[in-house]
Amino acid sequence: MDWMTTIGQLINTTLVFSTALIFAALGGIFSERSGVINIGIEGFMTFGAFAAGVASFYAEDAGMGAASPYIGILAALVMGGIASLIHAVASITFKADQVISGVVINFLAAGSTLYMVKLLFEGAGETTLLKEGLAKVPIPLLSDIPIIGEGLFNNYITTYLAIILVLVVFYVLYKTSFGLRLRAVGEHPSAADTVGVKVLRMRYIGVIVSGVLAALGGATVTLTTTNTFSHNTISGQGFIAIAAMIFGKWNPLGAFGAAVFFGFSQAIGNYFQLFAWSKEIPQEFIYMLPYVLTVIVLVAAVGRSSAPASLGEPYDPGKR
Amino acid sequence: MMSKLFKIFSVNSLLVPLVAVVMGLIVGAIIMLIGGYDPLLAYGSLFKTVFGNVYDFGETIREITPLIMTGLAVAFAFRAGLFNIGAEGQYIVGMTAATAVGIKLSGLPIVVHALVAIIAGGLAGGIWAGITGYLKAKRGVNEVIISIMLNWTALYFSNYIVRNFLLEKGQQRSEEIKDTASISIGWLSTAFDNARMHWGTIIAILAAVFFFIYMWKSKQGYELRAVGHNGHAAQYAGMSVKKNIVKAMFISGVFAGLGGAFQVLGVFHYQAIFTGSPGIGFDGIAVALIGLNHPFGILLSASLFGILTYGSAGMSFGAEVPPEIIRIVIGSIIFFIAAQGIVRWVLKPFYLKRKKEKVL
Repeated sequence: MDWMTTIGQLINTTLVFSTALIFAALGGIFSERSGVINIGIEGFMTFGAFAAGVASFYAEDAGMGAASPYIGILAALVMGGIASLIHAVASITFKADQVISGVVINFLAAGSTLYMVKLLFEGAGETTLLKEGLAKVPIPLLSDIPIIGEGLFNNYITTYLAIILVLVVFYVLYKTSFGLRLRAVGEHPSAADTVGVKVLRMRYIGVIVSGVLAALGGATVTLTTTNTFSHNTISGQGFIAIAAMIFGKWNPLGAFGAAVFFGFSQAIGNYFQLFAWSKEIPQEFIYMLPYVLTVIVLVAAVGRSSAPASLGEPYDPGKR
Repeated sequence: MMSKLFKIFSVNSLLVPLVAVVMGLIVGAIIMLIGGYDPLLAYGSLFKTVFGNVYDFGETIREITPLIMTGLAVAFAFRAGLFNIGAEGQYIVGMTAATAVGIKLSGLPIVVHALVAIIAGGLAGGIWAGITGYLKAKRGVNEVIISIMLNWTALYFSNYIVRNFLLEKGQQRSEEIKDTASISIGWLSTAFDNARMHWGTIIAILAAVFFFIYMWKSKQGYELRAVGHNGHAAQYAGMSVKKNIVKAMFISGVFAGLGGAFQVLGVFHYQAIFTGSPGIGFDGIAVALIGLNHPFGILLSASLFGILTYGSAGMSFGAEVPPEIIRIVIGSIIFFIAAQGIVRWVLKPFYLKRKKEKVL
């Protein structure tokens, strides 16, 4: 294998691993920018991965062929939206501790998805393997460019979508009045309230968008990587996405960079194994790499993180 | 003293969690009904499993013990205003340190060897959490993100240690620890029909008492709570916020590390190579929340958690209900405790009634 293909494939794998993290981290940004901590990202991803696995299977079963993964994605979006209402009602309406409410989401997701899988698939611990997940879509002409063509333009449609969405979210947050309101509600809710912004409504929107995006991230794991949903389809990606969000200072572009960084350090582990000298390195050290790198980078470069000012505080209009 | 104790268990503080538990069980029942199962049969077989014979009862106590330790770990940090999501990693390094000492040290007398292994586990957990505390205090890095990264690092690091230095030939686990390092209680295990009983359970209860005395009866505990409550005010009063953050994380990690050590020295007597995270540390978050971050509340909530988890295996035998239903029940319980507004809303009619009666 020549080095050009290797680099191209490395870029490609990096993006495949990053896609789910990008969606989930963008989701986290929506929620936390509105002032609601969302540690339940992991749970929303689980719900999304589950819905995608189940709905695509039934769509395949009904003979929908190549359209079935898209049915799966649709189901994941709906599932994420519904599940996020639990977090929203508890933490916004009932002013529950937002961290606790997020933990609840993770518990409910882990329990209920497997419960339903066992119910629907006659006791099996995972969904039936999908015949077709999403396929890679090469972009004409562009995909013929050396290195970059293989790396960037021969990818899943979800990956293209994730990258476009980063720009969209950036635009929405910083260039529209909706984005200004959302951020205002997370920084200084009572000031926003004074000028007529509906604080609770904005926070509901933030949390629901968050759940939908994280579920979309989960769905991409099922549809591009595993082709089935089981108890370890989502194991830690949600927390990594939270890390990417904090790492990227709650900014979509920063979170994108961090997500790609995580995807890269995960992908490079696979490529080390191609070299003879990699036998000298214990495999556990390669697995550890992304996490240790993150700690080092955080300590060396980023330092004090800048969370939205009112993150974690329920809004109580009567309180001064 | 008695009045204080009474206050902890007073009606008001206990009522919300109790109602939340009942409501959680009801949610579970409804979901079972929707799935076409018999909830009464399911809960019946859950409790029959746990209390049906001495062996299973003993094993339930075995299940509860590490949950007490990770629950205390999470709660201790919470009291100091820190979210220790890293109890999982601290628990893992605690296991590995105890395993290493249990296997590699030899020639030590029976109680001493076990004590050294326990201390090694506690210290490993404490240092692992201390890293997080130090980085938070000195560099201002978010403790949640560092803990999450250290959880995965701990998992792979432990696997590395076990695979390269402690491996039993041809197996995916370490050698057995020396008998001198074991904390199993032979006669008690015999009394419980060979359930794996060990001294860790006793130490866990003592740890809860220590937590209570340290946090509410000592100057150091007062400082931790002050820092947790309002860092700026504590700083102004002359307390070192940074020192207290590191200290709180260290002690928190010691609890979790001890939990891991007990599991190796008292239950398995070896450490398996992990294929995934064991989850006891994450469960500790739930235990701490249900126990309202109070050490005695945690003894109760860890018991509840352990009973439900251990009994859930019986549910799938007895009523063919997938045991995952218990995660839903536990999630719902935390939900109702967190969103107390919902519980109070449910309780409101009863309160109103009582008031009316008083007026009459």
